Amino acid sequence: MHPIVSALKHHKTTVVLVALEIALTCAIVTNALFLIGDRVAAMRVVTGVADHELVWARTTGLDLGQDTRMGADIDADLAALRGMPGVESVAMANTLPLSRNYMSVGAWRRPGDKKSEIDNVVEYAGTPGLLHTLGIKLSAGRDFLPQDYVPYTPGLFGSPDSKAPPPTAAIVTHTLAEALWPGENPLGKTFWLDSDGKEPVQVVGVTGHLLNPRITKYQGADRNMILPSTRLVGGVYVLNVRPDMRGAVARDLPGVLTRIDPARMVKAEIYADTIADYYHGDRAMVWVLLVVTGCLLALTALGVVGLSSFWVQQRTRQIGIRRAIGATRRDILRYFQFENLLIVTMGIAVGSLGAVGLNLWLMRRYELAHMPLAWLASGAVVLWSLGQCAVLGPALRASRVPPVVATRTV
Amino acid sequence: MFGYYLDLAWRSLGRNKVLTTLMVLAIALGIGASMTMITVLHVMTADPIPGRSGQLFYPQVDPQGMEGYSKASDPPDQLTWLDAMSLLHARKGVRQAAMSAGRVTVVPPQGATHAFIADARYATADFFPMFDVPFADGGGWAASDDDKHARVAVIARELADKLYGTPHAVGQLLRLGKYDFRVVGVLDDWNPAPHFYDLSMGSYAKPEQVFLPFETAMELKQGTQGSMMCWGDFPTDGDMTKANGCAWVQFWVQLDTPARVASYRDFLAGYSEQQKALGRFARPPNVRLRDVMQWLDYNHVVPGSVQLQTLLALGFLLVCLVNTVAMLLVKFLRRGGELSVRRAMGASKRAVFAQLLVEAALVGLAGGAVGLLLAAFGLWVVRQQPVEYAAFAHMDGAMLAATFVLAVCAALLAALFPAWRACRIVPARLLKTQ
Repeated sequence: MHPIVSALKHHKTTVVLVALEIALTCAIVTNALFLIGDRVAAMRVVTGVADHELVWARTTGLDLGQDTRMGADIDADLAALRGMPGVESVAMANTLPLSRNYMSVGAWRRPGDKKSEIDNVVEYAGTPGLLHTLGIKLSAGRDFLPQDYVPYTPGLFGSPDSKAPPPTAAIVTHTLAEALWPGENPLGKTFWLDSDGKEPVQVVGVTGHLLNPRITKYQGADRNMILPSTRLVGGVYVLNVRPDMRGAVARDLPGVLTRIDPARMVKAEIYADTIADYYHGDRAMVWVLLVVTGCLLALTALGVVGLSSFWVQQRTRQIGIRRAIGATRRDILRYFQFENLLIVTMGIAVGSLGAVGLNLWLMRRYELAHMPLAWLASGAVVLWSLGQCAVLGPALRASRVPPVVATRTV
Repeated sequence: MFGYYLDLAWRSLGRNKVLTTLMVLAIALGIGASMTMITVLHVMTADPIPGRSGQLFYPQVDPQGMEGYSKASDPPDQLTWLDAMSLLHARKGVRQAAMSAGRVTVVPPQGATHAFIADARYATADFFPMFDVPFADGGGWAASDDDKHARVAVIARELADKLYGTPHAVGQLLRLGKYDFRVVGVLDDWNPAPHFYDLSMGSYAKPEQVFLPFETAMELKQGTQGSMMCWGDFPTDGDMTKANGCAWVQFWVQLDTPARVASYRDFLAGYSEQQKALGRFARPPNVRLRDVMQWLDYNHVVPGSVQLQTLLALGFLLVCLVNTVAMLLVKFLRRGGELSVRRAMGASKRAVFAQLLVEAALVGLAGGAVGLLLAAFGLWVVRQQPVEYAAFAHMDGAMLAATFVLAVCAALLAALFPAWRACRIVPARLLKTQ
């Protein structure tokens, strides 16, 4: 048997303890790395709009519940906003990706046939120029034509404010098109809206990707449609602004609007801040995970350093003897490095099992995603390098033990 | 004897400062991280209304259609306006109140240009006495005010200070949108956490600034907010009191004795039967009656991320412990010679064991002290986060004591095995080799 293995057998308890520590660290770090990767991936989902060119504002009348400006008032607001320096274009929308407010409806493949309904489709609606203002690119079809626009507000259909039926044209995302007609060309096809599925809507365009106002289990990430509307009740103003002017526009916007009508409250926000705000929880979680992972690795490294130093000290005489009978410095260095590799590998073997078990348990308890086995490799690489780095100092010290020690009594 | 052990431990720890520092640091890190998260969890799972949480109940009935019905399905989380009013007027509890979250525009005395939106609660009269709400001035309104749709309001102290410069604002006029209300009470500081009476606004939402009689607010069409579940037609004119297919009202009832709880449950079942006979309900009686803590539990008020972080912190503590076990083992075994001399001179195994544990306890205490500082820092970091529970992340006396107990216990636990190993040394063998 290899001398390293037989030497380890003399320190069973200590070896088991170190391997156990490595195993626990491995199980936790692998899952933490996976969670970090998962969150970072979620945060990097693109919205499908020009994130860095937008400023948006919500106005509220003084009488909540029966407020809102209509028709000409909105046109005056839009004109004033368009006149602000740095503003390229302006439109009104019911909501924006990641702004959290949304309305969703059922889309019916066949009129009045409940079984053909696709539930929880998010409705975007906007005034002329919305696509251009948001910077939405169509992958097929066309933008809305002037005759497509009707007064319509999602969620208010049938109310006194919005008696007209929904628009007859819609732009859908690729995801919605695939849900409605898998594998088919959606352009020109008709689906039906309304709680009974009675209002026909024709698909005139398709967007590759447009994120929902909120990513949920039911609505998914980007299953939505855009509808043309001449005016919206309770909508938001969206401004496409030169990126360097965003701060100034957001600051001056409330003044511009209250000059037209002082009896209202205006809240303007840079859209990039809206996105950052949406992901705040994820970012905080990533930081917590990073800090804990860092502390955990530092602690494990210190433990390995402490133990290796102890062993080097304990074996000084043996090292001297080995050197005296011909072992090179490099042999001694390799000995301790290989010993560490062996212990860490044992720890990783047990830890990987633990990591998979922990992931399965977390999946059941917190609905986390399933961890692909490739992540185990990442944990293993981290711990191998950690072990080698930690052992390097004590191993170098061991390699410098002069052969003459062999002749001395301790 | 204890003093002697303490002296020995102190000398031993001082002999190898690096190893001692490492052990203290390991325990401190583990304790700091886990105490931060345990404190957050402790605050988040606290009883929001101690002393009365067992007497306050949240009734649920099921007015939905048969579509999607199964025996196990839960009734909606809230009540329809009609059901809430029926339960309210039945007056089967000691006290009962219906309520909903709302939003109002506060127009301050300086004029409309300074108007701002405030969170409001529309509730019925029993809200204040039932939840034991403290008043700085005045009091709640009477049930008769609910019936005659009186234009009265209760406001929070913060708002009173902001609008009138004094908490003694009873009798002042409060302008909300285009309506005037008379202030009848000013709340003292009141911030139940979790925000148990309405979880739909966020489990740790701040208390509202304006309280209005429910029926007055509905008559004046003040905006409601919070979650709403609809299965039938939505009212086309925005009058929520006609929304018979939407559940959006919270209802609480105070029941003092188990007998009253049982009879209230029967009452809910009877009410459901009666409504079914009238054709309003379609499902067989499907009622729930949970008290405050059961209601919080049912709604999983503690966010998954907080639980996950607590688990992570505990896992971290575990690794710290294993690390400490390894280091103590090294330390104790290295002192085989010294221990053998003590044993040879007559110290019993037990005495040596006790001596080693005292040493470990000393490490634990030091770790606890440093860990406490780390936990205080950790809680400070949590408070800087823009999460709604941030403001509650403070350590109290109980958690302070728990930190030290946990640290010492952890260190002792970690020392048990190494100390036992060190005691097993046969003195003669080690003495001979020296």
